[in-house]
Amino acid sequence: MILKAFEKGADGVMVVGCLEGDCHYLSGNLRARARVGRVADVLDTIGMGGERVAMYNLSAGEGNKFALFATEMVDKIRSLGPSPVNVARKSRQKAPA
Amino acid sequence: MIMGEQKPLDILLGMLAPYDKIVLAGCHGCVTVCRAGGAKEVEILASSLRLAREAEGRPLEIKEVTLERQCDPEYLEPMRPYLEDYQAILSIACGAGIQFVAEKYTSTVVLPGLDTTFIGVTEKQGLWVERCQACGNCVLHLTGGICPVARCSKSLFNGPCGGTTTDGRCEVSKEIPCGWMLIIERLRSLNQLENYRKNLPMKSWKTSRDGGPRRIAREDLME
Repeated sequence: MILKAFEKGADGVMVVGCLEGDCHYLSGNLRARARVGRVADVLDTIGMGGERVAMYNLSAGEGNKFALFATEMVDKIRSLGPSPVNVARKSRQKAPA
Repeated sequence: MIMGEQKPLDILLGMLAPYDKIVLAGCHGCVTVCRAGGAKEVEILASSLRLAREAEGRPLEIKEVTLERQCDPEYLEPMRPYLEDYQAILSIACGAGIQFVAEKYTSTVVLPGLDTTFIGVTEKQGLWVERCQACGNCVLHLTGGICPVARCSKSLFNGPCGGTTTDGRCEVSKEIPCGWMLIIERLRSLNQLENYRKNLPMKSWKTSRDGGPRRIAREDLME
């Protein structure tokens, strides 16, 4: 699903889970973190950059923290610029048919 | 189950470099259970390959399909109607499945997406371990249900060797329990230590791979 987001044009993906130790599914958020790590490895391997995906943990009552994390992620992705896929798509659109 | 591991993405991308339209074929059999070649892995691998190729500026069109099994002829048929629209099939089944696809569709290039590794079990989620080498002559009734061929690093028939550590590990790796230590402990707990006192006869490897590719023919089942 994370990779699909990149295919659909996302420059970065932020995954947010419950606080560690506080998951309704016990270890669901820990496994999610491991899978986010695996996606980051894939992105590194294919030259997209693993830093374009990140996992954050917070509780449902931490709205301010969510806003901080979201701002942090957006700033990070802005500084990285568009993903190589989006750059390639744009240059193909510009190229004459 | 037959275990497999996906080949590294850079190797797959190299293999796929000459092609622009491929079928990525998974299998609902063993490789689904070991999380290497099922429907989910087809989806993840397809996305990864498409992203990599798009970033290179050479998009790759992928038809995603997961067959019931790739090692049975009838389950390969569903691919036939659309195969001529694609240049190659990347199969993420085991080596048997990949070869059977290649045998069935002789005019299409078939590429391996997995390395087939061993016959094993799921010890716990995410951890698979070898248990059988398909030697063709099972002796588990003599060894407490623990295979000396697969579990002893040297496949000794009358072990252990001198390389067992005091804590029952194999000298080949601390990760590997000594197969013969396991056999002796199991025989002791089953009150079958007399089996250990017997010398196991030299193993004939004629039933194993040494006799060339093996086959089983059941005339009662053949049409």
